Amino acid sequence: MRRVKVKDLFGEQRTFQVRAILAALAAALLISLVGARLFWLQVVRHDYYADLSQGNRVRIEPLPPDRGIIYDRQGRVLAENTPAYQLTVTREQVPDLDATLARLVGLELLEQDDLPRIRQLLVSRRLFEAVPVRLRLDENEVGRYAVHRHELPGVDLATRMARHYPFGPVGVHALGYVGSISEDDLKRVEPGDYFGTASIGKTGLERAYENLLHGAGGFREVLVNAEGRSMQSLGDSSPDLRISRPVAGRDLELSLDIELQRIAEEALGENRGAVIALDPWTGDVLVLASTPTFDPNKFARGISTADYRALTSDPDQPLFNRALRGTYPPGSTIKPLMALAGLEAGVIGPDDTRFCRGFFTLPNSRHRYRDWKKTGHGTVDMKEAVMTSCDVYFYGLAATLGIDRIHDSMARLGFGKPTGIDIEGERGGIMPSTEWKKSAFRQREMQVWFPGETVIVGIGQGYWSATPLQLAHATAVLATRGPHFKPRLVRAVRDPVTRESEERAPQALEPVVLKDPASWEVIVDAMVAVTTGPRGTAVRAARGAEYSIAGKTGTAQVFSVGQQEKYDEDTVAERLKDHALFVAFAPAEQPKLVVAVLVENGGHGSSVAAPIARRVFDAYLLGTDAP
Amino acid sequence: MMGSAFGESRTRRNVTAGSRLLRALHLDGPLLLLLSVTCAFGLLVLYSASGGNTGLWLRQAVRLGVAVAAMLVLAQVPARFLRILTPAIYAAGVLLLVVVAGLGDIGKGAQRWLDLGFVRFQPSEIMKLAVPMMCAWYLHDRALPASFGETLVVLAIILVPVLLIFEQPDLGTALLVAAAGIIVLLLSGLQWKFVFAGTGLAAAAAPLAWFLLHDYQRRRVLTLLDPQSDPLGAGYHIIQSQIAIGSGGVFGKGWMNGSQAQLEFLPERSTDFIFAVIGEELGLLGQLLLLGLYLGIIGRSLYLANECRDTFGRLVSGGIALTFFVYVFVNTGMVTGILPVVGVPLPLVSYGGTSMVTLMAGFGILMSLRSQRKLVRT
Repeated sequence: MRRVKVKDLFGEQRTFQVRAILAALAAALLISLVGARLFWLQVVRHDYYADLSQGNRVRIEPLPPDRGIIYDRQGRVLAENTPAYQLTVTREQVPDLDATLARLVGLELLEQDDLPRIRQLLVSRRLFEAVPVRLRLDENEVGRYAVHRHELPGVDLATRMARHYPFGPVGVHALGYVGSISEDDLKRVEPGDYFGTASIGKTGLERAYENLLHGAGGFREVLVNAEGRSMQSLGDSSPDLRISRPVAGRDLELSLDIELQRIAEEALGENRGAVIALDPWTGDVLVLASTPTFDPNKFARGISTADYRALTSDPDQPLFNRALRGTYPPGSTIKPLMALAGLEAGVIGPDDTRFCRGFFTLPNSRHRYRDWKKTGHGTVDMKEAVMTSCDVYFYGLAATLGIDRIHDSMARLGFGKPTGIDIEGERGGIMPSTEWKKSAFRQREMQVWFPGETVIVGIGQGYWSATPLQLAHATAVLATRGPHFKPRLVRAVRDPVTRESEERAPQALEPVVLKDPASWEVIVDAMVAVTTGPRGTAVRAARGAEYSIAGKTGTAQVFSVGQQEKYDEDTVAERLKDHALFVAFAPAEQPKLVVAVLVENGGHGSSVAAPIARRVFDAYLLGTDAP
Repeated sequence: MMGSAFGESRTRRNVTAGSRLLRALHLDGPLLLLLSVTCAFGLLVLYSASGGNTGLWLRQAVRLGVAVAAMLVLAQVPARFLRILTPAIYAAGVLLLVVVAGLGDIGKGAQRWLDLGFVRFQPSEIMKLAVPMMCAWYLHDRALPASFGETLVVLAIILVPVLLIFEQPDLGTALLVAAAGIIVLLLSGLQWKFVFAGTGLAAAAAPLAWFLLHDYQRRRVLTLLDPQSDPLGAGYHIIQSQIAIGSGGVFGKGWMNGSQAQLEFLPERSTDFIFAVIGEELGLLGQLLLLGLYLGIIGRSLYLANECRDTFGRLVSGGIALTFFVYVFVNTGMVTGILPVVGVPLPLVSYGGTSMVTLMAGFGILMSLRSQRKLVRT
């Protein structure tokens, strides 16, 4: 033992004793301090507090604010507050709680699954309180209740304002919905403001604009008797009662066009898919559709456990916002953008041709990158390559450009990062680069970028993934020939009292300036050829249009086909079928609308996605809708 | 064993059957009596504070049963084992805190609970006992008072779990755990120059700590200074609890008759603010009775700590006794408006399971430790 100090057991015992006594004294002293405080409160100031306690016969009742109303671009109401009948149970008036609840289940006014939760809710509240057990009854349910009312003492109807979405499922992925406030929700708002508010924005605009829509809560004082019952008849004779009026939330005016939205959703039909339509000159989003949809009113009126489970377990994932959160390989829809990158980099001219024999190989490699057309397109220039969607042309172009140059020009158009639309949850997809690959993979050997990976990026496959919103956003630059705007759903915020609207200026992003502005028209011409040219891939969908459409089809592979195999549409399981894509703007010369369509496992962009876009264009530009 | 041999020779007197039983179970009669009376008082008050909610009351009674069982079991564990197991308990506790922090990161929110499927518990609760035990374990076979270096090691033992708990964020528990460790250090005979230097440092660091606090925590400190500034928000608790206490007067409004509590003006009346219900319904006398009981428990525990045979036993017991005091003081101080609102329950009275079990487990450990009697100079 090198220790110099020697352990002195008795010394330590003595030290402890001294310290323990000191600690006991300190404890006694501090507790006496509390005692002194009690003496001050209860003896010296007793009268003062006794008065205040009497004053507490006045109870503060919260007055929730009216939630802001949401209008579409034509002033149609998309989300409003309507009086809702809610079912309440007052325990002390119910002779037999279990029997009453069972009866309500029998009348299909409650669901068996919800009973344990409701029973617990009831027991936790005071006997005389009317506790809401269902937040919104429809007319049939109100009728059923009315008929059986005499069997249900203690069960009453009460009205309150509840959120209602008149268009139901239409536009739900943009609007979002409100639902009961959870503990997590309270962390992102000031809980004091939600005293008395029953619901809060959960997704979409309802969530993103919560702070504007909600407003500020108020309160009023009511007299209560010794048991806490409100004595409303005394209300008028008590001038001292304070009231603080709630401040209603702000109304939102959207860029969304609900009629166009409805048409887009109808055109998508039973498919899983997404449609984005935006005004390229402002970034206004006119359509943000994702199917399948669901009814937000279910959430607003308190969704039942069974309904919620049905939504979350549906293999088609109706709650999933494909337009913002679905990331897909963009496929051939980015070929015009690749061509633009090639022109801008100076590696290729509009009239330079390439011979397509049906496949492409890299120097010193035998791997065949196949064209969608087995026999090849022959000699194609840029316009023909875009028009016929020749893969070989773009394999070669991508190989010449190299992945980092591709990355830089596509990143300028918004790939690889969220567009910044004004609702939450948007994904940024992946715009690959050598840099990206280093950080995306942990294993060293995976971090190297292979030339073959560049080749398939040329046709929008490989690591590249993008959301439908990103596709529309990038295509918008072609429509405007340079100017670029951040997509947005809210155009103006309106004060509900003065009815004054505060317009929000479109948010301009850095415009894309080309070395040679003539390149714009090269690309747009090629895209017009897609819908009008002799071998254009979208000719059928654009037939008979009274305006010109610049578009590009895309067919994105979900799984890869081996070197010798053949992709056979009929035998491939539905979930492994290709995604169908289409991006377009019209009229090509003076574009008013950009549309991006994605149909999951839809097959071909030309036959499935393009007709959907056509219907949206017709409705918007001509005001006609013929399904 | 040596300890019991000493003990018996020292306490040869007329033993009744009851005290023989207590001795056999390693229990201390006076402490057990004080704890029982306090718990009974607590249940009585809780019934009223919960507005006569029998379901809630029964749940608490069951928890009390679990807590008493934990105390009885731990009292039987030989002190030697407790000491040997201490590092393992401490390490397991820290590990669980890290796991919980990881889960919290995934869930993007405050995460204090570990869900084992059949039971959920807060690892930070373990640390309330593990930290003082670990400090005592470390100091046990070193010559005391601890050197500067050794003191730093003890501080590290305290700081690691405290920071993890603070990050959860759970300021109240972090403070209690830190207090438990520091108390052990003080009881071990920490030199006064360190004590003063430490206090000075803490005072200097206070402005820094202000920046570490969450907004709502800062607001609580500010509203303590001026509760009226926010009568519907953070100040509401303080105002309403003072009205409840003040209006109770000397004798109170009577059990189940407090209008503040019964009309639900008083928030958290069955948990953190139950002391105000006692003030309103049972008056100054009821509150002083409870404070007296608490002082009795603290005094008796310190006495038992002093009776322990070795340094480990003394330090752990003393730590448990004084941590209990910190609980009492922080809660009653907060409810009476002399300390800011920190989420600390009133020991043995507030509704809530985990803290009750931890407290009683602590007293079980204390009784186990003192059943090895101390050395006497012959």
